[in-house]
Amino acid sequence: MNGQTSAWYAFSALLRRDLVLGLRYLADLTNPLLLFLIVITLFPLSLGPDKEVLRSFAPAIIWVAAVLASSLSLDAVFRSDYEDGCLEQILLSPYPAVLLAGAKILAHWLLSGAPLILFALLAGVFLYLPEAAIMPLVLTLLLGTPVLSLVGAVAGALTVGLRGSALLQSLIILPLYMPLLIFATAAVNHALAGHSIAGELYFLGAMLALALTLAPFAVASSLRIRLG
Amino acid sequence: MQETVTGGQAAAGPVLLQACDLSFGRDDIPLFSDLQLSLPQGQILLIEGDNGSGKTTLLRLLCGLLEPWAGEIRWRGRDVRTCYPDYLQSLCYIGHGNGVKHGLTARENLAVARALSGVVGRPDLAGILQRFGLDRHADAPAQSLSAGQRRRLALARLLLGGKRLWILDEPLTALDATGRTMLKTVFNEHLAQGGTVIMTSHDPFSLEGAPLVRMRLR
Repeated sequence: MNGQTSAWYAFSALLRRDLVLGLRYLADLTNPLLLFLIVITLFPLSLGPDKEVLRSFAPAIIWVAAVLASSLSLDAVFRSDYEDGCLEQILLSPYPAVLLAGAKILAHWLLSGAPLILFALLAGVFLYLPEAAIMPLVLTLLLGTPVLSLVGAVAGALTVGLRGSALLQSLIILPLYMPLLIFATAAVNHALAGHSIAGELYFLGAMLALALTLAPFAVASSLRIRLG
Repeated sequence: MQETVTGGQAAAGPVLLQACDLSFGRDDIPLFSDLQLSLPQGQILLIEGDNGSGKTTLLRLLCGLLEPWAGEIRWRGRDVRTCYPDYLQSLCYIGHGNGVKHGLTARENLAVARALSGVVGRPDLAGILQRFGLDRHADAPAQSLSAGQRRRLALARLLLGGKRLWILDEPLTALDATGRTMLKTVFNEHLAQGGTVIMTSHDPFSLEGAPLVRMRLR
C-alpha cells in the first residue's frame, strides 16, 4: 500500500469504527433525536392547533430544535476517546490528524445530522408545513447540519476532558450557530411566502465551505492542546 | 532536579533516539532540566522514579504529545520536529489508557489499531491475539474482558510490526506472571531485531539476554 491509500484506509477504518460504536450504543444516538421530537411536539400543545399559526412558526421551531438536539450530542464526540486513551493513539498515528479529525466529524454527522433530516420531515408534517416548503427545509438542513457538526466538533475538542465541558461547549457554539439559524429559517420562511431562496442557500453553502475547510484543522490543533 | 543513569551494560549499535538538554515542568515548576538521553538500537531503557517524578511526562515528551521548554529530541540524528510523520511511523506508544474501545471486540480493536498505525502489509491478527492468550476472546466485546486482558490487548499492538521504537508507560500493570514472561519474550525478540524499548515500571523489572539501562528521575 502506498502512503496515500493507507491514509484513506486509516480514515475509513476510523469512520467505520465510530459508526459501529454509534450503532452499538443506540441510546447515545437516539437521545438527541428524541429531544428533537419532544421539543417539536410541545409547540402545538402550547401554541394551539391552529394550522396557520403552526405553519408560520414551523421553520423556526424545527431549526431551533435541530440546533438544540445537535448541541446535546457534541459532548460525546471526543470524550470517550479522551478517557480510554484512543485519542493519543489517533494523534500518534503517522497520518495527518486533520484527516482523522475529519473522519470523526463525518461519523458524527452521519449519526446525528443525517437522521435529523429524516426526523425534520416528520416534524414538518406535524406542523402542517406545506409541500412547497418541505424541499427548502431539507436543503437548508443538508447544508446546515454538517456545519453544526463541524463547528460543534471544534467546541467539543476544545473542552474535552474539562469539568463542566457541556456548559462551556454551549457557550462557545451557540453564538457561532446564530448566523446559520438566521439564514436557514429565513430561507424556509421565504419559501413559505413564495420568494426565491437562492441567496440564503448560497450563504449556507458558503458557511459550509468555510467550516469544511477550517474546522478539521481547528479540531486537530485543539486536540493537541488538550492532550498537551 | 537532576537524574542519573545507572547499571546495565550499554548496547553498541547506532543511536536511534537522543534527547539533548531537555527541560520541562508544570506551572513554572521545573520537573527536570538539561536531561540527556541516548538510546542505541537493541537496548531497553527503564525509567524509574517515585510518583510524580515525571516519568509519564518524560514519555509524553518523547512521543511529541508535549512540547519541551528547551532542548530537542532526535530520531536517527534528525530533530523529530522536522520529521514528525517519519518518527510516528516508527513509534508505538502505549500509555496509561489502553486505547481499547469497550464496544468493539478484541479483533476489531486490533484491526483499527493496525489501520491507524500505518503498518505496511497484513499482519496476522489471529496469530497476534493467540500469542497474547486472547484467541478465545477474539470476538468478545472488550467490555467483557478483565483489566489484565485489556492490557494484553493494548500490548498486542506491539506485534503489529514495523515499529522500531516502543514507548510503554507501566506496561506490566494488571498483567499476571504469564503475561509478564510473555512480554519479556516479546521484548527480547524486538531488541534482537534492532528495535528499542523505553518503559516505566513501579515493580522491579529485569530482562535477561538484553542490554538494560536504568534511569532514575528525582
